[in-house]
Amino acid sequence: MAFRDGPFENLKVPLAWTAAVVVVVGLVGAVMLLLGDSRETQNVDGYAPVRAGFEAGAAPVGGVLSAPVRWTGNAVDYVKGYFFAVSENRRLRAQIVELNAWRDDALALKNVNARYEQMLGVKTEPPVAMVTGLAITDARGPFNQARLLNVGAAKGVRIGNPVLSEHGLVGRIVGASAGYSRMLLLTDVASRTPVLVERTDARAMLTGDGSGSPRLDYVRGAGSVQEGDRIMTSGDGGGFPRGLPIGVAAKGVDGTWRVKLFSDRTAIDYVRVLLFQDFSLLADQNALNAPALAGLSTAPPPTPAQAAAIQDVATRRAAAAAATAERVRAANAAPPPAPVAATTPSTTPSTTPSTTPSTAQTTARPAAVRPATPQPRPAAPRPTTPPPAAAAEAEPTPAGAAE
Amino acid sequence: MRRPITVRVVGPLQWIVYPALTAIAVTVLLAIPLRLFGLSLPEPVLPIVLAFAWPLIRPSMLAPAVLFGLGLFLDLFWGGPLGLWPLSLLAIYGAILLAANFLAGQATIVLFALYVASTGMAFFLAYMITTLSVGNAPSILAVMGQVVPTLLLFPLADWLIQRFDDTDVRFR
Repeated sequence: MAFRDGPFENLKVPLAWTAAVVVVVGLVGAVMLLLGDSRETQNVDGYAPVRAGFEAGAAPVGGVLSAPVRWTGNAVDYVKGYFFAVSENRRLRAQIVELNAWRDDALALKNVNARYEQMLGVKTEPPVAMVTGLAITDARGPFNQARLLNVGAAKGVRIGNPVLSEHGLVGRIVGASAGYSRMLLLTDVASRTPVLVERTDARAMLTGDGSGSPRLDYVRGAGSVQEGDRIMTSGDGGGFPRGLPIGVAAKGVDGTWRVKLFSDRTAIDYVRVLLFQDFSLLADQNALNAPALAGLSTAPPPTPAQAAAIQDVATRRAAAAAATAERVRAANAAPPPAPVAATTPSTTPSTTPSTTPSTAQTTARPAAVRPATPQPRPAAPRPTTPPPAAAAEAEPTPAGAAE
Repeated sequence: MRRPITVRVVGPLQWIVYPALTAIAVTVLLAIPLRLFGLSLPEPVLPIVLAFAWPLIRPSMLAPAVLFGLGLFLDLFWGGPLGLWPLSLLAIYGAILLAANFLAGQATIVLFALYVASTGMAFFLAYMITTLSVGNAPSILAVMGQVVPTLLLFPLADWLIQRFDDTDVRFR
């Protein structure tokens, strides 16, 4: 009996419904994945192990596929070298003549710069180690522009390391497994790079948007950027060293300032990963944000020797404080000064300057002889003794001597 | 004497698994960092072809699951946020599945219009998700640089539909 002749002839197969259920479950799963993915912080990526595992499997495939392309490119270059040797020779000679002048300038400036640094005591940045790698795969879409490199954590590559081609900066490392790493290009929509304009030293933020020429955001000041200005990393924030070449400024079709990347001149094949450590990663953010003296509550108890020393210092300080207090109390308990001393202008300088000027001159200290000298304003005599408070702190011997 | 007839069974392996593996292989192939005369290889989103064609061929529980996997592959391979392409691909599949009864047997030009609309919807979703997640809108020109190669793949979708379309009314 055929299937269609049986009792299931009129059966409505609910395949569309079951498929719809799977679709809904998949949509919910995708939304959950999106919500769980955090690209904001470069150090915390919950899916990092998944990505690393996937890249460890995909990278060899990409390496195998890209190898023939690389070999073909090398072969073409080799053949071109023969066919265009003469013209290339002429071009290189002209370039050498031009570069000789630059070399002399560079040597002179290097000398001057070294002297300035020595005079000013500038602490120059140490040379940064580099690792050379090869791009294996390439994502060029509007939502992701990244490359997989065949160097990883085993060679010291870490998240945040800048990546350069032969012409300039191309991106930075956003994921690293043992043998491979992922480089986010400057043109990626999630890329932000603090830059400066070489001519004016103006700061800006290089923001990728998936196109070939990233945007210059937060440009301040009129005339701070002009067509053709060289753009380089500013080093602000510590993510990149200062002065890595990026490109030249150009006006985009949408009216915004954009940067024509130096690295766009040729294919990004071989790259150099700068093993530059992000300044912000060197500092422990939690320690910086901790309240003052928070370490006292977590410090270990002092050793007996330390405790004895602390006790000794505390005892000495207490004894010194007691002695000082005793001296002050003795000074306060002393009887008031003699009446003769009370009438002297030294204690009431502002009330009797004009009535007894001669008495004041005779009873004052040697320093008070100054009024005898010609004074342009005799009606405003200066006090010859310190104020009462200062007198209380001074040595009590004059009062005792009056007794 | 009757000649034996060779019966060729067309199952999920033929119309789901093989096309999915082909899409993965071509995606990996197009990701080679090759540059000729200043131009790179195109980077179409190949699984969009499958997300459009599969619900028109027949409903299946396996197809959306495979699409989810293909979307995850794209996210991992291209280094994007996980869930971006699964969501976009399943949105296409779900929309076409809902309208499959009205689309069966339509002319190719109508299917192409629907393909354009589906691709537009997928890229619009991806665009919005990316904009919200990174706080920066991708360039429209860059988006068009991926949309156009994807649209040019419509003949593949049409061929898949013609090749595997099951007119069994039980699936309608």
